[in-house]
Amino acid sequence: MWPATCMNEKTMSLEPSLLEIRNATKIYGGGFLASGQTTVALQDFSLRIPGSPATITAIAGESGSGKTTLANALLGFVKLTSGQILYRGVDIATLNREQRMDYRRHVQAIFQDPYEVYNPFYRVKHIFDMAIGNFKLASSRAAAADLIDEAMTMVGLRGEEVLEKYPHQLSGGQRQRMMMARAYMLKPHLIVADEPVSMVDASLRAMILDIMMRLRANSNISFLYITHDLSTAYQIGDQIFVLYQGSVAETGSATKVIEQPKHPYVQLLINSIPVPDPDMKWDTKVQLPSEEELRSKSSSGCRFYPRCPQRMERCLNAQPPLYLVDGEQHEVACYLYDHDSR
Amino acid sequence: MAKVQDQAVTGTASQNGSSRNVVLDVQGLRVHYETPRGDVIAVNGVSFKIYAGETLGLVGESGCGKTTTAMAVLRLVQPPGRIVEGKVLLQGTNLVEINESELREVRWDKLALIPQGAMNSLNPVMRISRQIADGIETHEGRQPRDKLRERIMELLNLVGLPGRVYDMYPHELSGGMKQRVCIAMAISLNPALVIADEPTSALDVVVQRVVAQTLLDIKDRMHVSMILIGHDMGLQAQLVDRIAVMYAGNMVEIAPTGGIFDEPLHPYTQVLIASIPSIKERKPLKITEGVTHDLRNPPPGCIFQYRCPHVMEKCRVAAPPLRELRQDHLVACHLYE
Repeated sequence: MWPATCMNEKTMSLEPSLLEIRNATKIYGGGFLASGQTTVALQDFSLRIPGSPATITAIAGESGSGKTTLANALLGFVKLTSGQILYRGVDIATLNREQRMDYRRHVQAIFQDPYEVYNPFYRVKHIFDMAIGNFKLASSRAAAADLIDEAMTMVGLRGEEVLEKYPHQLSGGQRQRMMMARAYMLKPHLIVADEPVSMVDASLRAMILDIMMRLRANSNISFLYITHDLSTAYQIGDQIFVLYQGSVAETGSATKVIEQPKHPYVQLLINSIPVPDPDMKWDTKVQLPSEEELRSKSSSGCRFYPRCPQRMERCLNAQPPLYLVDGEQHEVACYLYDHDSR
Repeated sequence: MAKVQDQAVTGTASQNGSSRNVVLDVQGLRVHYETPRGDVIAVNGVSFKIYAGETLGLVGESGCGKTTTAMAVLRLVQPPGRIVEGKVLLQGTNLVEINESELREVRWDKLALIPQGAMNSLNPVMRISRQIADGIETHEGRQPRDKLRERIMELLNLVGLPGRVYDMYPHELSGGMKQRVCIAMAISLNPALVIADEPTSALDVVVQRVVAQTLLDIKDRMHVSMILIGHDMGLQAQLVDRIAVMYAGNMVEIAPTGGIFDEPLHPYTQVLIASIPSIKERKPLKITEGVTHDLRNPPPGCIFQYRCPHVMEKCRVAAPPLRELRQDHLVACHLYE
């Protein structure tokens, strides 16, 4: 029922990956005005999305974990300090004009705030007309109308009810679904969805997530689902990467990572999610370290050290690499699992 | 139990049953927002009670009127909004009728607010100690310095903040700490009721948990009553005693938290519960279709009829009243008649 992740060895080796990120690092600051003051937003991040079958890759983390920096780098809004992003084997930093147009068409984005992505002066149909015009998707008005119609049906909206309206006349859920329809209309291979449901009401959240799952299953569209909400990542994700302050803390299949988290940080995160059951009240207390402790964190060691309940001497020396814990690409950046890899 | 029923009907803060003293009694509250094309009915005749020491969760989707209801209780509805009718009895005083200066005395002293995004409401150029002192001195007059200091330290301690926060400025604190400063301010005068509007939204999940723990602590130690507005059902399950569910300006169900989760009666509550994403098991998503009606022009009959999976002939004609179906479990639905 749930498509497996990219675990099929055959497809892995034969097909070129749809997207590959190699050791992506982004460091902000450090210019001549802010001499020396740098912020590492993303550090040595690697990921691979196979060409087929389509998958949903969840990137989860708290604010400041680097998940949006990753999305911005993918969409070309920021340049990486080092590392590469390969789309079908080609570094996106080296694309020529034509290739860039192709990339722009096949990698679409959906953003968090469905209120701010529309121009309030235009009817919402404008977003479809723009896309059709830019990418010359249709040769006639009738063909364009058909394209829009098909996309609207995919997201469960009726074109005649919404297309001629202005953005303020639509609900948040409707607007977000229109953005998905627009992205779908371009027949992309990958959609970068940056917190697409965090501003949508609970009863509509399921609908948006369901559209993502249908696009994956029926239209072979892969997703990079960026979220702070581990429960939705768990519900729809195939692979998951949990980031902490720019580095991967744990990665693997979404079910494995959420059901049996290994990294102390991921364990803390999952324990902190309020359980929607009044009979299962929190019985332990979570403490946060003081601000000084957080600020004086060692620059060389594990970034989670100040908050880690299981910290060791060794964690201060160097950042832990990813250790394989139980096969199937379940990897954890924590020295506790060092013995497993030997 | 008959006594409790009786009290619920008369709605006075009588002394029968010490655990069930009514702190706040809202009766038939109606708030409209005036627009050129007719009034938007934001709160449509809402009634509920809050007992001493209890936390009531007010839930519903955005635009359902939960914040407006809370603002009306504080009489903070801004034009073009106005309270059209209804009573807000706080320990017997009708807040809708008293004048502005009487209201100023009640606010903060008896009725405190932790607004949405409270952490951004701190004055950036004032030390934390000064901001907390401001509220205290406005209501109680100038205080001796050492007494005031002691009191503020105690408040900081109560919300789990270290004493050094006393001399700090807001920018030196993290979001969760600022939020806890706001909680300390809200309880500084020992109010009877605290209204917290999404007190943990915009916080990371671990910090959210710490702030939620703080709220639970305060409730235990001070026996303050609280209204906790929110949409995160998981958080509500952890924090509140009773839940009031609103839909399109109407109260559709009020029940103890256990009742809401174990046996939600109203179809909308059932949708809300079913749409909580689980972290324990992967299951197919439950999807609900339908669009909320125009709030300016509610349909005759039940307000949930366009989205309700169990809609009947009757629902198109008559609006179901909020009735007590069983002990403490009130629901507004024709299914249970």
